[in-house]
Amino acid sequence: MTSLLKADRPSSLPRWRAGALLSPLPLLAFAVVALVASPLVFVVMQALQAGWDQASRLLGRPVIATLIWNTVTLAAAVTLATAVIGFTAAYLLERTDLPGRRSWTVLLALPLAVPEFVRGYSWVSLYPSVHGYWGAVLVMTCSLYPLVLLPVAATLRRSDTGAEEVARSLGHGPWATLWRVTLPLTRPALAGGALLVSLYLLGEYGAFAMLRYTTFATAIFTEYKLGFDAASASLLTLVLVVLALLLVGLDARAGRRGRVVRTGVGHRATRAQLGRWKLPAALALAAVVAVSLGVPVYALAYWLLKGSSTTLPSASVLGSALTTLGYAASAALVSTLAAVPVALYAWRRDSRLARAAERAAYLTRALPGIAVALAVVFFAIRYAQPLYQQPPMLVTGYVILFFPLALTAVRAALAQVPPGVEEAARSLGTRPLAVLARVTLPLVLPGLGAGAAMVTLTASTELTATLLLRPTGTQTLATQFWVYTSGLAYGAAAPYAALMVLLSVPPVLLLTRRSLDPTPTPETDR
Amino acid sequence: MTGLAITDLYAAHGRTPILDGVDLAVPDGALACVLGPSGCGKSTLLRVIAGFHPAQRGEVALGGTVLDDGRRRLPAERRRIGYVPQDGALFPHLSVAANIGFGLPRAQRRDRVAELLDLIGLPGLGERHPHQLSGGQQQRVALARALAPRPELLLLDEPFAALDAALRTELRAEVAQTLRAAGATAVLVTHDQDEALSFADTIAVMRGGRIVQQAAPQVLYGEPADAAVARFLGEANIVPAELAGRRADTAFGSLALTGDAGAARPGPVLLRPRQLRLSSVPGPGRVRALVQRCHFRGSDHRVELLAQDTERLPSPLVAYTDRPWPEGEAYVEVAGLAHPVSS
Repeated sequence: MTSLLKADRPSSLPRWRAGALLSPLPLLAFAVVALVASPLVFVVMQALQAGWDQASRLLGRPVIATLIWNTVTLAAAVTLATAVIGFTAAYLLERTDLPGRRSWTVLLALPLAVPEFVRGYSWVSLYPSVHGYWGAVLVMTCSLYPLVLLPVAATLRRSDTGAEEVARSLGHGPWATLWRVTLPLTRPALAGGALLVSLYLLGEYGAFAMLRYTTFATAIFTEYKLGFDAASASLLTLVLVVLALLLVGLDARAGRRGRVVRTGVGHRATRAQLGRWKLPAALALAAVVAVSLGVPVYALAYWLLKGSSTTLPSASVLGSALTTLGYAASAALVSTLAAVPVALYAWRRDSRLARAAERAAYLTRALPGIAVALAVVFFAIRYAQPLYQQPPMLVTGYVILFFPLALTAVRAALAQVPPGVEEAARSLGTRPLAVLARVTLPLVLPGLGAGAAMVTLTASTELTATLLLRPTGTQTLATQFWVYTSGLAYGAAAPYAALMVLLSVPPVLLLTRRSLDPTPTPETDR
Repeated sequence: MTGLAITDLYAAHGRTPILDGVDLAVPDGALACVLGPSGCGKSTLLRVIAGFHPAQRGEVALGGTVLDDGRRRLPAERRRIGYVPQDGALFPHLSVAANIGFGLPRAQRRDRVAELLDLIGLPGLGERHPHQLSGGQQQRVALARALAPRPELLLLDEPFAALDAALRTELRAEVAQTLRAAGATAVLVTHDQDEALSFADTIAVMRGGRIVQQAAPQVLYGEPADAAVARFLGEANIVPAELAGRRADTAFGSLALTGDAGAARPGPVLLRPRQLRLSSVPGPGRVRALVQRCHFRGSDHRVELLAQDTERLPSPLVAYTDRPWPEGEAYVEVAGLAHPVSS
């Protein structure tokens, strides 16, 4: 027993080596962040080249004021509507005794699986009178309210009802408690959800084009398609980026107030008794589901059954599907692999530098898809002409667009790794690279797979950037759908739309489950 | 072999200084404990020794070899220092046997793993996965994993903190016994004075990034360097006194000191609650006091007293007695030696 430690010890410690000054991980992480953030830099550079005269001439046009008015009023209305619907539904799901809450949660989250342009198509093809401002409000509200619902429901689920019970015991009625305690409790989640909604609105092209409503994004697209002018399109894009960053700043201010203080985990929430309000509440949720999920499903079924009567050349759904999955999967692979060093660096080191790197990587989430796509286009034309309209360009665009999604997934996977295992492995005499291979990667591999799958499916329904970046002659599901609907061949477009909706269902279910998972993972619900 | 020797060690998190000139010596084969309140830097000290955190300056040496001197450092994987973190940090994707064998060359794994499973009293559980073990079992496996490559030094970072009270006491004794049997040199970090007093051969009390005192547990309890250390290790009556030579003049009369206080000077002395004896009749050296509160604690009674007729005693005085005292008058005297403490 006493020889347990002393036996076969080497004569002396190995000779030491000088500590590495710069380890490869931070370098790699910063390189990735720089690449991903480059479109932002590039848009600014392009816009600067336009010069002051051209800038003031372009931005002084009355059409710009109209565009800003259109974009801002729409964003305000939709954000408000989604906040009301999202919060009410989340409250009903998490704080009341409404029957069938599990099914309601899934049904209310599923509208996320209908891409905005498919939703626009289902309304326009059934009711041609849906268009313009109110059409846009209707379609976008139906599409985006789950982005508020999920984070708010997650916050409500994770915080126990202690504060609300105390408010009741201090003499506040149920409504006063809701207004003064529950609502402030969810403020960061509400603000985050509202931010996502408005960012989506800034970047959306397909749905607005279909509803004949002009916003910044559609104007940029038209500008680009009509007369190719990099500088003026860049200027417009820059305005869009500034709007987006303004929103992010607003959110940071709103989110800072009302931090959630987590008291005891596993403290079951006591649910409010709905009583005679049970039926009206259920009916209200049913109405939301009917409008947001029922209408697209009905439209798709209607056009699928009616069949494709089109004069346009028929293409194979299977072929487009394979092309789409090929591009999307390549992008998913690249973005997931690129996210590993950034996530690993931020996970290992809680330093200011590491946090800054991660935040910079998430910043591209604030960039409207059309801005990213145009940045990639301009970059290719200027510096990498041979790549213009080649497959790598589309993949690059997807990688930059969906990098934050991949990063979120990798971070979530790393969050499952118990802290200290890497250090324990090092103390057992394992070199850093071997630690990565023997401990860290085996632990996160399933999470990486799930993340890559999520990026693949999300990228398969991308329209705006694909229209701009796709190689000549290549049709993905989204672009083929776009070709048919632009020619009013609604029946021919239906199979593509249905396939895209089906492909989107798994990521939405995954997102729902991960958001509402009782153990919070960083950045999942934002 | 000189064991672990740390001299004048400085370390920081970013610009916040954490370690502020730490000196610590742990002889070969000793179980040492670093005791301090949370935030005093004890975990950082452990991480510097393990090689997970860089030293700014100073020196960490083990068995005569310098591990870190603020400029060059030996990577953690080459230090031969075992590490048991708070929650064990077992590899969740590996079986118990693979966890224990992680740091071993392939050829030695089978025999050594079996040997260690016996040592920690879990033979036959080698094929289980960490999530199938109880908290105590997980900590034992973490210990076995750290011991497997026969480290020169074992570091334990509050390894029992996550366990419930009964299991903690049991496992603590068991681990101490295992480590002594293995002849290991170990450093345990904790904020729990009971854990430190019952586990270690030598305790280093840490405060504000420095070691304030290092001594054997009995010495530390009876003869702490200052009032704060005295209070940190257990309840203490700090009583004003006039010191001279080996005697102290207090409200309880003249008391013998634990050591020579040198030239005459005022300075407080420490009287542990167990040193205060209560009786119902007055006598020489007894101070009249009012029993304010008597509180049964299972093994004894904790009595709070308010001294009468004197301004020289703190209030309340605390005594531990075997039998309960009714509220009212009592007479307090002192047994044993008083220890001078700097306030």
